[in-house]
Amino acid sequence: MTPEWIFGLAGVLVAAAPLVIAVVGETLSERAGVVNLSLNGAMLLAAMVGFAAAVQTGSLELGFLAATMIGALMALVVAFASLTLRQSQVAVGLVLALLGRDLAYFLGSPFMNIPGPRVGPLPIPVLKDLPILGPLLFQQTPTVYISVLVVVAAWIWMFRTRPGLVLRCVGERPSAAFGRGVPVTRVRYGYAVLGGALVGFAGAAYILDFKGGWQGPISGMDGIGWIVLAITIFGGWHPVRGAFGVLLFALLQWLSLVVQPSLPGIPPQVFYVVPFPLMIFALLLTNLGNAEWVQMALSRLPESRRRLAFRILHSLRVSPPAGLGMAFKEE
Amino acid sequence: MRCKEALLPHIRSSRWIEFGIQSLSVLMALLFTTLVLVMAGAPPLEAYRQMLEGAFGSLKRMTDVLATWAPLIMVTSGLLLTFTAGLWNVGVEGQIMLGAIAATGVIRALQETGLPPFVILILAMVAGMAGGAAWAGLVGLLKIYTGIHEIFGGLGLNFLATTLILWLIFGPWKRPGIASMSGTEPFPEHLWLPVLPGLRLSPWTLILALSSIVVVYVLLMNTHFGLRLKAIGKNIRAAHRLGVPTSRYMFLALLGCGAIAGLVGALQVTATYHRLIHAISSGYGYMGLLVGMLANYRVLWSVLVAFFFAALNIGGIQLMVTLRLDSTLSGVMQGALVLFVLLAQGSQARWKPTLIPESRDDA
Amino acid sequence: MRVEMRHIYKSFGPVRALQDVSLTVEAGTIHGLLGENGAGKTTLMKILSGYLRPDRGEILLNGEPVRFASPADGLRYGIGMLHQDPLDFPTMSVLDNFMMGCENGFWLDRQRARRALQELARLFGFDLDPEARVDRMTVGERQQLELLRLLRQGIRVLILDEPTTGISAPQRAQLFDTLRRLAREGKTVIFVTHKLEEIEELCHRVTVLRQGRLAGEAAPPYSPRRLIEMMFGRSLSKPERRPALPGEPVLQIQNLIAGDYRLRLGRVNLTVRSGEIIGLAGMEGSGQHLLMRVCAGLIRPWEGCICVRGRDLTGKPYCAFLDAGVLFVPANRLEEGLISGLTLTEHFQLVYPTGGYLINWERARAEAQRRIQEFNIRGEPETMVEALSGGNQQRAMLALIRKPVHLLLLEHPTRGLDVESSMWIWQQLKEQAQQGAALMVISSDLQELLEYCDRIIVFFGGQVSEPMNAEELTTDQLAQMIAGYGWRG
Repeated sequence: MTPEWIFGLAGVLVAAAPLVIAVVGETLSERAGVVNLSLNGAMLLAAMVGFAAAVQTGSLELGFLAATMIGALMALVVAFASLTLRQSQVAVGLVLALLGRDLAYFLGSPFMNIPGPRVGPLPIPVLKDLPILGPLLFQQTPTVYISVLVVVAAWIWMFRTRPGLVLRCVGERPSAAFGRGVPVTRVRYGYAVLGGALVGFAGAAYILDFKGGWQGPISGMDGIGWIVLAITIFGGWHPVRGAFGVLLFALLQWLSLVVQPSLPGIPPQVFYVVPFPLMIFALLLTNLGNAEWVQMALSRLPESRRRLAFRILHSLRVSPPAGLGMAFKEE
Repeated sequence: MRCKEALLPHIRSSRWIEFGIQSLSVLMALLFTTLVLVMAGAPPLEAYRQMLEGAFGSLKRMTDVLATWAPLIMVTSGLLLTFTAGLWNVGVEGQIMLGAIAATGVIRALQETGLPPFVILILAMVAGMAGGAAWAGLVGLLKIYTGIHEIFGGLGLNFLATTLILWLIFGPWKRPGIASMSGTEPFPEHLWLPVLPGLRLSPWTLILALSSIVVVYVLLMNTHFGLRLKAIGKNIRAAHRLGVPTSRYMFLALLGCGAIAGLVGALQVTATYHRLIHAISSGYGYMGLLVGMLANYRVLWSVLVAFFFAALNIGGIQLMVTLRLDSTLSGVMQGALVLFVLLAQGSQARWKPTLIPESRDDA
Repeated sequence: MRVEMRHIYKSFGPVRALQDVSLTVEAGTIHGLLGENGAGKTTLMKILSGYLRPDRGEILLNGEPVRFASPADGLRYGIGMLHQDPLDFPTMSVLDNFMMGCENGFWLDRQRARRALQELARLFGFDLDPEARVDRMTVGERQQLELLRLLRQGIRVLILDEPTTGISAPQRAQLFDTLRRLAREGKTVIFVTHKLEEIEELCHRVTVLRQGRLAGEAAPPYSPRRLIEMMFGRSLSKPERRPALPGEPVLQIQNLIAGDYRLRLGRVNLTVRSGEIIGLAGMEGSGQHLLMRVCAGLIRPWEGCICVRGRDLTGKPYCAFLDAGVLFVPANRLEEGLISGLTLTEHFQLVYPTGGYLINWERARAEAQRRIQEFNIRGEPETMVEALSGGNQQRAMLALIRKPVHLLLLEHPTRGLDVESSMWIWQQLKEQAQQGAALMVISSDLQELLEYCDRIIVFFGGQVSEPMNAEELTTDQLAQMIAGYGWRG
């Protein structure tokens, strides 16, 4: 008999999969220098459209396709406004985040709480029968497998291929990349749209797999996009570290739900927002090493302990791609 | 985009071009909304007619618009302080909520004491301001001492504020007997902020709204405080070097914005809902951000834009009643409007020969 | 490849950077491009390599007219440029830097790239570790890496922009050998510099630019006097050096250690007296900017103390330094110096607030007008600072110096300015010194430092030299120390 906590952990993976895909998408976009702040709206709208398309056509594939295209389209708007029109990425992203959310709720109201197709589990032959690992890893839905593939592919792409080298260089120092013949703006467009497509796919995965239906404002999805942005930072713009960030996060959230029954005084609504203080806390950890007062405080510690504290903070600290969010003018 | 506008004196001289581009973007936004309506299977023209009707159909409705305009312009004027300092105070939503919580707390604590109602109400307002300022101060502390961007700090605190309200409604402040989403027990009627007879509009709200506009306008245009905020917003490093205490001023801008937002929260509790509910902020915070952006961070323009947005909101309620359309349509229109205006401003600056000296492409 | 540029014009907003400049370079030669700072050399070369597009004029390669939309086009025709500040990726490895741009195919073949790099390095006698991070290397090594990368990309025209700034003497000799060899192999080399001796030593021909115009051409044997005349329009008379009369100590630094994540500076012991001008020399990133920011109160030192006029300011916030009369004027005028989007009047109000809480804009305007006249700024009170020319921005920064000032710290105060503006700036600085302020100035123009400073400190990799009397120093001695010679330990 498989113990129950295994299923709990398997559920953590299902909950994490959409976030992992979205984090990788945003990582790619930000590595190229485009901050797509519209994530929250883009994921909601993509999820709604994906669900609607799946309901209308009866095809999950078309649902995912529609969602992916919505995500890519939103990213394209951000890229166009910031790269071609040189508007503030924050302003455009924020407006799109709000607009996407309202659009999703408006257009999605006829689709609320209706039954629709849902991604089913896809057990992998032979491996599924392994003890513990089988139910945990190999009786999952396709989105979980896809999320793992996306992380691995992103890592290989970024660190083992020539286009990946170009991507890292563009984010690091666009002017130098330009000097070596890289069409910086085109590359930025490409990765912003690719990242947006992944984000859209993630939105669909959230509704069509994890949640199993569109419930409008109570889908529990509002805010996910912001968490994805925070984890992208926490992950130091590295796909693998980002994925671990998501897992850690989903695990803590699950644990908070596990302990909930033992704390009857606290209404269940409170537990839904546990991620947000976690998000602040995660950002706190990555930023702490940079704060001057922390360094001053550390310098007063005895040498041995200071070195340990410094090493911990240093390993958590991340430094963004130097060209992040910076306008770059070709000419 | 803020600097662009100030950079190009020759664009200002040809106002009609600017006007043309702005109206073009309004048209595009209208087109976009029409498309959305068609997709939702609603008759667009009828929907627009209903919205107009809903906003201006009667004197009562027009005062409803004003009743929405007043808190909206207050939030916006508060946000102009933080916008000027270059801060994206997305946490304003939570600051409204904290103001509402603090005001409710004061009223609940004092309603049995027999203090004169106006004293309780004033204390509730003050508490609301303090609550909003404290929540904003938290964003400021996170930013100044740990470098967490105000967008993330603010958003996190927004969700925390929502939780806090839910916890209060379902926990310590729940209605006797049943705890539900309908909020806390309403206050006794003598503790409601007086409204004009037969209307939902309170003269006190209007007075507070007008004074917040004036205060923010004078602060930004005619004081050293405002100039320093502007300097920080345009270039924080240079402002610091020139001797502006940047952290302190950013903190003050946040406190000011939070106080105004908290006051709005207190008004929501005392003048509109007379209790604490889950959606106490009515989304005024996010709307205020859009108003500020659309008005290009100018005080006087904000007054008009806020009025327009308020009319959209009230008109949107009518749609829900007559055409069974979700009222988020007004949000769609507002968002689309800001988006297209941003795009239009960008194209204007992009495809026009400018006097801007080319910046070096690398730092 | 024979390179011709004909009647090139280029403006940046109101600034005319190039006017009717033509240049012809024969294949297999090393051609010098000479001019002082701001003469338009770099702009011209950026046009040739595709970074900038000319407003007018044409480029011909081997007689064929070409048009470049980007550096990618330039590279396609075999034109590569080595920038003064190496245009590479500091946080990445040597190998990544080398592969970026010259690898084809989808997968990164690190083994092959490493072999190619080592082979090329051996050919030219360079010693580069493929796994090292670029920001831990010297400028000279980064330059070598860029050079190899360009050669691997198959360039036929090599442009070098002030390549000898900040590299050591052996590296320089090695570079010159390499360039001669490349020219012998038929490559076209364009060598941009403002140093006459390098022209004499290396170049087969030289073109001189002055203030964006063609000032003349010359072939060996060169007459230095004639070249100087072309560069400056007249021969410069050395200003009379007035011996400084140092007064009370203004700045005292004891046992100071400071650093950031890549550099450790120290220990520094230094006393600067009132009326003195101290020059800080060294290649970029050797610690001089760090020391200046520590003195300004913008960076806190790790150890040691800083006293200004007898008051210990160690660890105090920046505003305490301001109150003590310390003023810092940074090099990047529109990033740290002035605030784009604010008018001159608003700037003056920030620094000298008039009235109480409210601003009287009429009075503020009159006040601004007065300062604009006093400092000879070409602009109106309502002019946005970013619309001013570089020289006027620099004047505005001097006009924004809060009185009384006791310690004035300046980074590259004359960078990018024409001769006239530079002389005006130095005159102002001299006056400040005579009024009792102590000055510390960073400049990469050694001539300038030797001319105007009383004592000079040299920085090398975080080490700091004793202050040396400027009158007893020569440019060569200074250059050697900057390159790392004559250091103890």
